[in-house]
Amino acid sequence: MSETLRPDTADQLLDTVKWAVSEKTPMEVVSGGSKCDFGRPMQTTATLDMSGMSGIETYEPEELFVTARAGTPMAELNAALNDKGQQFSFEPPDLGPLLGKKKDKGTIGGIVATNLAGPRRIKEGAARDHVLGFNAVSGRGEVFKSGGTVVKNVTGFDLSKLMAGSFGTLAVMSHVTLKTLPQPEKIRTLLVCWRIDGVYDHGAMKVMSKALGSSHDVSGAAHLPAAAAAASSVDYVNASGGGVTALRLEGPGPSVEHRLQALREEIRDFGRIEELHTVNSKTFWEEVRDVHPFVGRDDLEYVWRLSVPPSDGSRIALFILESLKGEVFYDWGGGQIWLGLKPVVNAGAEVIRAAIQKSGGHATLVKAPADIRGEVPVMQPLSDTETMIAKKIKEGFDPEGVLNPGRMYPGI
Amino acid sequence: MEMPKPDESVIARRAELAAALREIVPDEGVIDSEEELRAFDCDGLMAYKQLPLIVVLPETTEQVSKVLKYCHENSIKIVPRGAGTGLSGGALPLADAITLGLGKFKKILDIDFENRCVVTQPGVTNLGITQAVEHAGFYYAPDPSSQIACSIGGNVAENSGGVHCLKYGLTTNNVLGVEMVLMNGDVVRFGGKHLDAGGYDLLGVITGSEGLLGVITEVTVRILKKPEVARALLIGFPTMLDAGKCVADVIADGIIPGGMELMDKPIIHATEDFVHAGYPLDVEGLMIVELDGPEAEVAYLVERVEKIARACNATTVRVSESDDERARFWSGRKNAFPAVGRISPDYICVDGTIPRKKLAEVLERIAEYSEKHGLRVANVFHAGDGNLHPLVLFDANQPGELEAAEKLCADILTLCVEVGGVLSGEHGIGVEKRDLMGTMFTEDDLKQQQRVKCAFDPEHLLNPGKVYPELHRCAELGKMHIHHGKLPFPDIPRF
Repeated sequence: MSETLRPDTADQLLDTVKWAVSEKTPMEVVSGGSKCDFGRPMQTTATLDMSGMSGIETYEPEELFVTARAGTPMAELNAALNDKGQQFSFEPPDLGPLLGKKKDKGTIGGIVATNLAGPRRIKEGAARDHVLGFNAVSGRGEVFKSGGTVVKNVTGFDLSKLMAGSFGTLAVMSHVTLKTLPQPEKIRTLLVCWRIDGVYDHGAMKVMSKALGSSHDVSGAAHLPAAAAAASSVDYVNASGGGVTALRLEGPGPSVEHRLQALREEIRDFGRIEELHTVNSKTFWEEVRDVHPFVGRDDLEYVWRLSVPPSDGSRIALFILESLKGEVFYDWGGGQIWLGLKPVVNAGAEVIRAAIQKSGGHATLVKAPADIRGEVPVMQPLSDTETMIAKKIKEGFDPEGVLNPGRMYPGI
Repeated sequence: MEMPKPDESVIARRAELAAALREIVPDEGVIDSEEELRAFDCDGLMAYKQLPLIVVLPETTEQVSKVLKYCHENSIKIVPRGAGTGLSGGALPLADAITLGLGKFKKILDIDFENRCVVTQPGVTNLGITQAVEHAGFYYAPDPSSQIACSIGGNVAENSGGVHCLKYGLTTNNVLGVEMVLMNGDVVRFGGKHLDAGGYDLLGVITGSEGLLGVITEVTVRILKKPEVARALLIGFPTMLDAGKCVADVIADGIIPGGMELMDKPIIHATEDFVHAGYPLDVEGLMIVELDGPEAEVAYLVERVEKIARACNATTVRVSESDDERARFWSGRKNAFPAVGRISPDYICVDGTIPRKKLAEVLERIAEYSEKHGLRVANVFHAGDGNLHPLVLFDANQPGELEAAEKLCADILTLCVEVGGVLSGEHGIGVEKRDLMGTMFTEDDLKQQQRVKCAFDPEHLLNPGKVYPELHRCAELGKMHIHHGKLPFPDIPRF
């Protein structure tokens, strides 16, 4: 029998985990449910629903941090920060629509647990770089905390980093504190619209590398080949007729104007240049952030996310597409590849993982039917030593395996 | 401060161990004569000294692996050491442990401008990385004040900061990957030229782990293009309260400066006497705000900061008109420690972080503590990120002054935690702040951290006696304390 437990307080959360430990009942931890199909399917007999643990506890804009209960919706947090002219600079994505769920279902706990980040990752880091501290209940049924509310902190092991990206397999956070930063005054995007039809991905890598290696402080560098560009709701992008490489500049008005002109000059030989202003820029980068080109594409049965050295991006993607049918687009200057694949044996895992073996990096199967996620390693397979460490860490935090057991790796 | 009791039986085996280690690291790579060991008896925290049992200076990852494997099999403790500039005693030797120095790992392995990163051996200095890439206009952002001497491996171990952290992050935000040797000799890699981890973020855990989890043998860091220009404002305030308000108002205005430093009166006078930077002497607080970026941005922000400063009662505001002048503004701040060294035979540099808004309150309390313990305190402060460095002045030759200074430091750090801050902003815990961990963490908090240690080094052979006041045995940490029969927790909402 599966039952759902929905604690409303930190004490109830503790009781819930203690109960699960004493009953040896594995629990699936959910909150908004936007990413409940992300990760390996689990054999859990209870559900720990964190949506009752919601609400902002402390928000101090002048101290640049916010503390919220882990089940607080991102929409609520984003609105509160927006009111004060601030934002989460790592641009937390909303993967709900990609995974067949509604928009705006995600919570801060889920964002931290999956360590997601949007286009600004290249400049500002991921969720891992913005978690200042947390309170949690471990799978041992013990309350513990780490970090604090200040940015500069080297006081004991940095467990915030460990919690970020652990998919709820180690502990359930009750509260999490994140860095908040001012929103940029002005946003502009330069588009390089490629002249010739076809695949220009290698050229795009060069443009992005040049822009990111400049002193113009580029805060987003993405390349959308023709098919992905056509899916954009931004006119300049969907009407370009070919691939589009986008470079974002943000900051104080005079600074953005200056950098825009300078960067434009430096990349003019690559293709026709267009410019997006604030509203279109925001829409465009949200689309990149939320993997919009692949949303609602039922023909793309599998969606992979690859993190690789940026300059290898196009080489790896095109190598994969030589043997597998699908589409691709690039973020993080080529360092993040979103790969949508048509039906194929084992979701193409062998080809994909072989393709990144030489360059280093990792490939995660973000979207796939449950049976495939049960058979194909969803997360990048670990070396023997890494597996040994990961298992021992899991044992130290959740020895009975009551929290999201097997969500990342079998036995972890 | 007490260190773990040395194991006499290990000390008795010194000659045998040295011979065995020479089989792995030939010739002068193994040091066991007292005279030569003397050079390794402390790190940057010079109040504590201890001769190591043996010093080993390997040159390859393979040698590191063999040394650790040998020590693991023989239950010999290891103290990893970078450049020995750490300020919290993280590399303080133990009488029954081998100090493993990474000083010979001095090669930069790969400069990759296309991917904007550098792969380097851990013994390369922080500044050495910048020097290797500055011909192309790049630099490595974290800049601890010891950057001429401190090694990048040590930076990773301590998660070092610097004056530019607020805008550019600490070491942990700038490291992409490491190669590390575990205590059992296994060589493992976390990260690389790509971003983020595929599984648990072990790179994030390693950074700042103070040599307790493994020995770093290679580091990949990201490099940034140098900003077009940087300009500094030198701003004097009639009270520290005004200065504190200015810090908060700049941040509240949406400006994140490249650096924002604050000095109190004793520091202003000590540094002015020493380097003649041209600091105003009639102010209580002196702030340096550095803004970097394109000329247009810097000019725009300089104007805004100046306006905010005037609104906060600033009595002097000077804007650097050249790089020379900017360097002059910084020269006092950068020489604060030696300047204080001239007015006091000894000093301890405290390192805590507080919420910015607590600055005035904390400074007032520090003044009270200073009076209570009868010792002078001078304050420098990375104001932008709340990282406070009170310098506690004393004379070790006066009986009781070292002890009084230690007590004063403990009072200040306890205060940092009390107002919502933390024990260390960038120097680490080491041995210096080890015994204060309980002021910030509960027993359960500390035990959970130590369970991470158990995953890497279950026998506690790596850097024992550091960071944690008491290391619990891993078997004990693994025990569960929940028993059947407390069911059914009727007040949990169920569906």
